[in-house]
Amino acid sequence: MVEPIIQIRGVTKIYHVGVEVINALRGVELTVPEGEMVAIMGASGSGKSTLMNTLGCLDRPTAGTYHLGGREVSNLDAAALAQVRNEEIGFVFQSFELLARLTALQNVELPLLYSRGKSWGWARERRRMAEEALDRVGLSDRMDHRPNQLSGGQKQRVAIARAIVTNPRILMADEPTGNLDSVTTEEILSLFSKIHTAGQTVLMVTHENEVAAHCQRVVRLRDGLVLSDTPSSEDPTVGPFVRAHGRAA
Amino acid sequence: MLNPLFYYESVVLALRQIWANKMRSILTALGIIVGVASTTAVIAALTGLKTKVLSEFETFGAARLYVLPSRPEGMPRNLFPWEKIRLKATEAIALKEQCTALKGITPISETSLSVQSEAETLEGVSVTGIWPAWHATENRQVIHGRPFSQQDIDNARQVCMVNDLAVRDLQLPLEPIGEHLIIGGRRFLIVGVVETITERMTGFNTISAEVFIPFSLMEKFQDRDFFMRFVAIANSPAEADEARSEMSRVLRKIRGLSSGDPDTFRVQAIDQFIDQFKSVASGITAVAGGIVGISLLVGGIGIMNIMLVSVSERTREIGLRKAVGATPTAILLQFLLEAVTLCLAGGLVGVLIGQAFAIGVSHIPGANLDQAGVPAWAVLLAFLFSAGVGVVFGMFPAIKASRLDPIEALRHE
Ligand SMILES: Nc1ncnc2c1ncn2[C@@H]1O[C@H](COP(=O)(O)OP(=O)(O)OP(=O)(O)O)[C@@H](O)[C@H]1O
Ligand SMILES: [Mg+2]
Repeated sequence: MVEPIIQIRGVTKIYHVGVEVINALRGVELTVPEGEMVAIMGASGSGKSTLMNTLGCLDRPTAGTYHLGGREVSNLDAAALAQVRNEEIGFVFQSFELLARLTALQNVELPLLYSRGKSWGWARERRRMAEEALDRVGLSDRMDHRPNQLSGGQKQRVAIARAIVTNPRILMADEPTGNLDSVTTEEILSLFSKIHTAGQTVLMVTHENEVAAHCQRVVRLRDGLVLSDTPSSEDPTVGPFVRAHGRAA
Repeated sequence: MLNPLFYYESVVLALRQIWANKMRSILTALGIIVGVASTTAVIAALTGLKTKVLSEFETFGAARLYVLPSRPEGMPRNLFPWEKIRLKATEAIALKEQCTALKGITPISETSLSVQSEAETLEGVSVTGIWPAWHATENRQVIHGRPFSQQDIDNARQVCMVNDLAVRDLQLPLEPIGEHLIIGGRRFLIVGVVETITERMTGFNTISAEVFIPFSLMEKFQDRDFFMRFVAIANSPAEADEARSEMSRVLRKIRGLSSGDPDTFRVQAIDQFIDQFKSVASGITAVAGGIVGISLLVGGIGIMNIMLVSVSERTREIGLRKAVGATPTAILLQFLLEAVTLCLAGGLVGVLIGQAFAIGVSHIPGANLDQAGVPAWAVLLAFLFSAGVGVVFGMFPAIKASRLDPIEALRHE
């Protein structure tokens, strides 16, 4: 069997706030094979973002193991984790997180700025890659615009371009449509679907069934534990949307 | 591990950041600008002065020697009373007769006396007793009339010379030869006018009225054991050393000092004065260095403050950069380069202001600063110091930025 791209075992995350101990994750098990598109759902405070940050190597679990593409990454130091984020992961945030002083193109180029082992010729190559990524999200005509000259949907497209510009192994998104209206949400989701169809593994946190319906699989969390893990068509609330739209085989 | 592009781009980013916050950057770098500018200016002026003074010394003084009385160091006063160590005119005569390496020698003694012409009486005029060789040792020429002759000295003739300021102040005719002056109650015939020197930087600037009389008449106006010094000039600068040891030998013989006895006098050549001047100059440079140290410290604290502000303003940006793969080192370098760039920009402005100041003062007439200019080493040092301040004071904010947790940084408002 092919090695899964993500495999976590017994992942816990404990936060200490003053004397209070918060068990955000209490032993999560999850395996994601390459090429899947997975929705992570659950009530507010159930640990979705915490799990996503851990999977995105933005944070380290308190305990448990995390194999990313077969490599144990839960005990890497800050610099090594930065390299993993740079090379293997593309992250899309709810609030876009574009740098206001940079143009769309420069924002997309940002991850490539921190690529290792490159020399002077990299500048041109980098620009070409960023242009290509912007082209994939349909923003070729907005490359020199600054974030404040873009709509919410366009900003999120730039953020997606930035996430995929390095050709990461996984594209992760924490409520990518949380700040968008329904029409724009639909546009962004079809963009994710398009990227997924091209072979990209996608993980997405969402509250909305319509959004989850774009995914093949739904993982539900409750109180820091996996409550259910089913194909989206079999999920009790997402299923009807899948069938209604006839999406996700 | 980081590509060369990264450094280049960090500097470009830093320059953009500085440009985007122009006013703030200027205010922040002000300490450094002022520090570097003032030090550069001081060093420029001092360098100019030094060049000027040294070249004056070289042209006029390389062959010059000074003899001064001197009590041997660490010796009790009663063993070497003043009568024993003071110079005497007879010693000058002996030196003049016995030192073959000398072109000329003059004893010099100064006092101030009342001087009266037909039109004017002045109190406290500088009166100097000299020999004819004085013109050679001081390089000051007679512009009207004649210098003293040996007969004037030997026979203690009551003749005198004045400088042109004395001509003016005593309201003498422009060519006062043949006029008489009452100096300290004695009547003197004016035989010559000596040029007044205001331009030269030989240590003794003539800026007031002066009267010169034959040295042999000086004892009429002085105490019994009055102070005098000798100024001699060697045949050539090359013979200055030889002249020095010759004079030393002759004086020791006259004074009956046996080989174990210490000198009771000092023979100094101009190079010792040059050394003294150089040590004064480097003292001033050191003080200027101290000033720059303080202002760079103040400037550095300003830099640290603004970098801390910058780090906290850009916490989210740092979080994002980390999220897309910036290592702690990359963030550290980015902020450090920003601090260094800011400091170097300040240093550059400071050097330019200092340079402008140097050009400004070099045009002030009579200030002896026409050679003022910022030496290359000072420019280099200014930049090194600025960069150093950037590194030292930028380090703490940069470390702070590099240690930010990406998730927490991204949550920052
Ligand atoms: N940095 C932190 N310090 C302390 N507690 C935290 C921290 N981050 C998250 N938590 C807690 O961990 C739990 C899970 O939080 P998390 O953000 O993962 O929830 P979520 O499922 O993403 O919720 P939402 O849908 O509202 O985004 C919550 O109880 C939260 O209060
Ligand atoms: Mg969340």
